[in-house]
Amino acid sequence: MAQRRTAWTRLTTPFANIPASTATTLALAMWVVVIGGWALLSYGRVVPNMFLPTPGTVLQTTYRMSLDGSLFYHTLTSAKVVILGFIVSSLISVPLGLWMGTYRVVQAPLEPLVNFIRYLPVTSFVPLFILWIGIGIEQRIAVIFFGTFFQQLVMISDCARSVSRDLVNASYTLGTKRSEAVWHVIFPSALPTILDTLRVTMGWAWTYLVVAELVAASSGLGYISLKAMRGFQVDVIFMAIAAIGLLGLITDTAFRIIRARVAPWAP
Amino acid sequence: MGTLILNATSQTAVGSRVAMSESIKANDLAGTASTTGDPPSTGTTMAIEDVTLRYGDANGVLALDDVSLKVAKNEFCVIVGPSGCGKSSLLYLAAGLNDATSGTIKVDGREVIEPGPDRGMVFQSYTLFPWLTVRANIEYGPKRKGLPAGQRRQIVDQYLDEVGLAPFADHYPAQLSGGMKQRVAIARALANDPAVLLMDEPFGALDSQTRGTMQKLLLRVWERQQKTVLFVTHDIDEALVLGDRVLVMTARPGKIKAEIKVDIPRPRSMDVILEPEFIALKRRILGLLHDEIDEDH
Repeated sequence: MAQRRTAWTRLTTPFANIPASTATTLALAMWVVVIGGWALLSYGRVVPNMFLPTPGTVLQTTYRMSLDGSLFYHTLTSAKVVILGFIVSSLISVPLGLWMGTYRVVQAPLEPLVNFIRYLPVTSFVPLFILWIGIGIEQRIAVIFFGTFFQQLVMISDCARSVSRDLVNASYTLGTKRSEAVWHVIFPSALPTILDTLRVTMGWAWTYLVVAELVAASSGLGYISLKAMRGFQVDVIFMAIAAIGLLGLITDTAFRIIRARVAPWAP
Repeated sequence: MGTLILNATSQTAVGSRVAMSESIKANDLAGTASTTGDPPSTGTTMAIEDVTLRYGDANGVLALDDVSLKVAKNEFCVIVGPSGCGKSSLLYLAAGLNDATSGTIKVDGREVIEPGPDRGMVFQSYTLFPWLTVRANIEYGPKRKGLPAGQRRQIVDQYLDEVGLAPFADHYPAQLSGGMKQRVAIARALANDPAVLLMDEPFGALDSQTRGTMQKLLLRVWERQQKTVLFVTHDIDEALVLGDRVLVMTARPGKIKAEIKVDIPRPRSMDVILEPEFIALKRRILGLLHDEIDEDH
């Protein structure tokens, strides 16, 4: 190598690291492009404001709905639905998935069934849930549960299955009983990937929110955007979408922090 | 399994006592003699008797063919053989991690039917628990045994010192080099005070310099702790530097082909590989192994 690497070769080398400042600048620039493009299209009347509100109106609406407490109220309702649905789903899927990945005798009956169900569209079950559960918050929680549980189960089962056999064998030679291996070896070993799975599926849970609030809800971010559609309040829809995205970002970050705390040893 | 039980009962019926010196004789090892299984004698720690291992059904690959050997108490016994000869499989059987097709394995007179802490094992791959610190890794076995915290601490400190890793007690395995990981693995296995320590090419993945250091460390620990060791390797130098006795295995299906006593005095330094008697033994083993590799092709 006769000459030193230029900044350009560094940026275009596969997997090479770039300075943190460059990364931050690029991330900010992306947002500037997106919001700038939006501003250009809306303020420049390229798209009529009836379909695309200006960033200003969305901010105004957000401010107004924050002041009267309605934004907080609807956000809280939605968060409750998503988080409850997610928690109920995870509480069952984590132990069951561990079992499924560990014991072939659990996997054999469950896997074909789960793989069938997880490809069914959640929306097609909404009428059934209304019939069976009614139109209360339980129905919305059921939609979130249905959307995440079966995906979680398959993914967590894979986490358990990919635990190194040598690790389990080593634990046996150290006095671990067969019945203890799940708790003492397979669970702690799979924990980082389980937490990754939970983080990813938490994101999916948020995406089912609007489906959950499609019918018979009287509050929530999905509900207000559906109502806003009928009244051509595009600004409210934009606000609701931004709020859901923001909430997703917050829970995602929370999971990253939890993972770093719970499994500091994992890369 | 039926044959296993039959074997065991017939042996106790015949049950002739065999003295230690006899029990490690070559003719007994070569798998030629019909097993005159001995009831727990103080001399023998591990007795592998007529062990055959076939993968799959009756037409499956024969990995081990009627292997018998004995390891005396506090003996350092090494098995060398060409790759794929089933030497690792034999160790897995001894650990109880796999079932033999026929034959029995006994440790201190008790038949091996499943893995247990009386047979500690160090694997070729790194098997430290990544979620536990070095200290917690070593403490794992004593904890499963239900030893009180004070006693566990004492054991862990002792073995941390023994392998020279006290300053790294609170590190996670990911922060250690390969050699350090295997040192912890040895300490972890020894912390359980096993009747026999099974070592499956534990230094196979290390660079040659680190391997030398590890051999020295293992010898020092073994000389101080007085442990029964069954060590598997494909490295003849390693076998002769470490072992009291080297068993040479044939290519698949694996059998014990020869037994070589290593009468090089201890403590041995790493320079022992330059001694004429060492070279003579090495030449003999090389000859035995070359026959195997030639037959294979």
